[in-house]
Amino acid sequence: MGSSFTPIAPRPAPVNTEGLLPWIRRNLFGNLPSAVVTVLLVALALWLLPQLVSWAVLKAVVAPNFDLCQAARGSGACWGVITEKHRLIIFGRYPFDQQWRPEIATLALVALLMASCVRACWKPWLVALWVAVLALFFALMRGGVLGLAPVETDRWGGLPLTIMLATLSIVGAFPLAVVVALGRRSKMPAIKTICVVYVELIRGVPLISVLFMASFMFPLFMPPGTSIDVLIRVLVGITLFAAAYMAEIVRGGLQAIPKGQQEAADTLGLSYWQAQRKIILPQALALVVPGIMNNFIAIFKDTSLVTIVSLYELTGAMGLALNSDSDWRPFKIEAYLFIAAIYFAFCFSMSRYSLWIEKRLSFSKNR
Amino acid sequence: MTARAAPPKKRDWSLRSRAVRGLLYQVLALGLIALGVWFLAHNTLQNMRVRGIQSGFDFLTGPAGFDIGELMIPYESLDPYWKAFLVGVLNTLRVAIIGIVLTTLLGTLIGVGRFAHNAIVRGLCYGYVELFRNIPVLLQLLMWYLLLTEWLPDPGEPMQLAGLVFLSKGGLSFPLPVWQAGQALAGAGALAGAVLAWAWSRSARKHFELTGKPRPVWLPALGLVIAGALVGWSLGGAPGDWNLPKSGDVSVEGGGSFTPEFISVLLGLSFYTASFVAEVVRAGIASVPRGQSEAAGALGLSRGQQMRLVVLPQALRVIIPPMTNQFLNLTKNSSLAVAIGYPDVVSISNTAINQTGRAVECIAIIMAVYLTTSLTTSGLMNAYNTRSAIKER
Repeated sequence: MGSSFTPIAPRPAPVNTEGLLPWIRRNLFGNLPSAVVTVLLVALALWLLPQLVSWAVLKAVVAPNFDLCQAARGSGACWGVITEKHRLIIFGRYPFDQQWRPEIATLALVALLMASCVRACWKPWLVALWVAVLALFFALMRGGVLGLAPVETDRWGGLPLTIMLATLSIVGAFPLAVVVALGRRSKMPAIKTICVVYVELIRGVPLISVLFMASFMFPLFMPPGTSIDVLIRVLVGITLFAAAYMAEIVRGGLQAIPKGQQEAADTLGLSYWQAQRKIILPQALALVVPGIMNNFIAIFKDTSLVTIVSLYELTGAMGLALNSDSDWRPFKIEAYLFIAAIYFAFCFSMSRYSLWIEKRLSFSKNR
Repeated sequence: MTARAAPPKKRDWSLRSRAVRGLLYQVLALGLIALGVWFLAHNTLQNMRVRGIQSGFDFLTGPAGFDIGELMIPYESLDPYWKAFLVGVLNTLRVAIIGIVLTTLLGTLIGVGRFAHNAIVRGLCYGYVELFRNIPVLLQLLMWYLLLTEWLPDPGEPMQLAGLVFLSKGGLSFPLPVWQAGQALAGAGALAGAVLAWAWSRSARKHFELTGKPRPVWLPALGLVIAGALVGWSLGGAPGDWNLPKSGDVSVEGGGSFTPEFISVLLGLSFYTASFVAEVVRAGIASVPRGQSEAAGALGLSRGQQMRLVVLPQALRVIIPPMTNQFLNLTKNSSLAVAIGYPDVVSISNTAINQTGRAVECIAIIMAVYLTTSLTTSGLMNAYNTRSAIKER
């Protein structure tokens, strides 16, 4: 007998570290400076956001009505400029009643690009598909076949031109880049020097000087009497430029392949090209897919530079649409935001894809 | 059993020998390139003859005949072409150097911000990076230019800060000290202070290595530089004259000023490149294993010391090579200034091409300028890289 049973006091429940509230406590009010920053930033957002929403949505004018836009100037955005001009911005000077052609051509090209991103489609028939879609693209854009009215290349413009320049220059740059990257690792001094000089020369100068060369100097290079379309000249310029950067990316992949692979291939009696084609390149190129993707994004953005040599891709077409129209010119900023959103949508989705594929590659590495 | 025949003797000069084939390929490649160059040069010369285009760099000494809006050295429209090109090169360098400083500061801030405790700061930094690097830099330049030239008040009634700094469609005006001997002496004094500060940091390090007791370095060094500058300034008679900008009827006059073109190029390039620099910094910091800062903490270093003495020196090795690339990109992208009329070397060359028709020479000048800048920058950064690389025994 004696003392009765007294249980020890219950322990306090463990501090909850999961869920919304603990997350907020940890990430927004973790310590004093953090809490101060949170309060300041939330106050700033509360002050700015209503103004932004009011400008972009509540007081904005969507109807293509010039007088309404003028009245709302300063307080609301004039999205009417896009309602009014979007076809000129997206398709440039392409004949208005024929614009279904670049529309279909661009959709086909984008669908092809998306298909090329899916691993299940990496089969031999994809090459055939590329040839077919590119043929369709040019048939639709140029006309002159199947009863389509011919359209000169200087009328091409807008988004189709942007996508076409980026795609074709990357596709053209790829084989050149592989050859140059292999050449840079070659043991033959002359070939190595040629490749090093090419890569360093191109990487040392801005794209715009290459474009100037394509537009001003290229006509001088050709035999008298021949003239080459400015679109092709610019395309060659961008391709040569992109190839130098891509060669460095491919070289990075080649360097990551252990020497034993090449030696093993030699032991099996494979020739140089057999070894590269069957052993080295498949491994090296798989490593550099994210790098090539980033290069593609860079080239996609860089196509905006061709507007400086008077080709009206997306940026140039926007200038074309608004500069000549004094009524709508004051609302250029809305048009800029519109094409910035288009560029952003393309580049952001490509960079997401690049991240995803990078993760996939490291999965197989860390198995 | 018949003995197997001996393998055919390998001849030294057979097509099967690697050396011979290598030689053959190289001769072939060189021949093809020489042929290509000859073809292009031949066509160019013939075309020039047919079209009556003159060639050569002799035009550089002729009068340029056009005005330039932004000058760092005296220049008039009747000055020779080479001087116009020099103005352009200086303008390019000015925007590139200030841009590199700005973009490094901003990019580092945002890159470090990706590791902030505060989730909102992390989110904002992430949003900044994604927004700015996914929009073409040319478009960003054009947007800045539009904002600065359309949305700001007229130069007649500028925005002002304490009556000293004015911002309008005409650009940014700010007070500038009147250049006198005092400023030069102050500069010399600051330089002397910097030398003393360097000597102090060396002696402090030696003391630390001998006794293990640290001495303060940064504050005394800063004090020495400031004191040196002050001494020089007062020796020069303590000049205090400022060239103040004044708001006039039609424009802001006096003081130092930046044109809207310069500000747009500077802001556009810095904000765009900062998004890439931020990613470089983030990757660099993330590359240092967590154990490093934990071990430093176990040794009793404070958080600041951990960052400064352990994490950053290791991160720098990863950061410097891609950072060099970003600086070079910024310099090369400054050529886009031609789109908004900032008179950089490309813009001047463009005018010169239109006036003289000497496309080959002018484009050669552009390329030479950028190649020189690129090679110099990468040379300097490589030297710094060698210094901060791992010292192996």
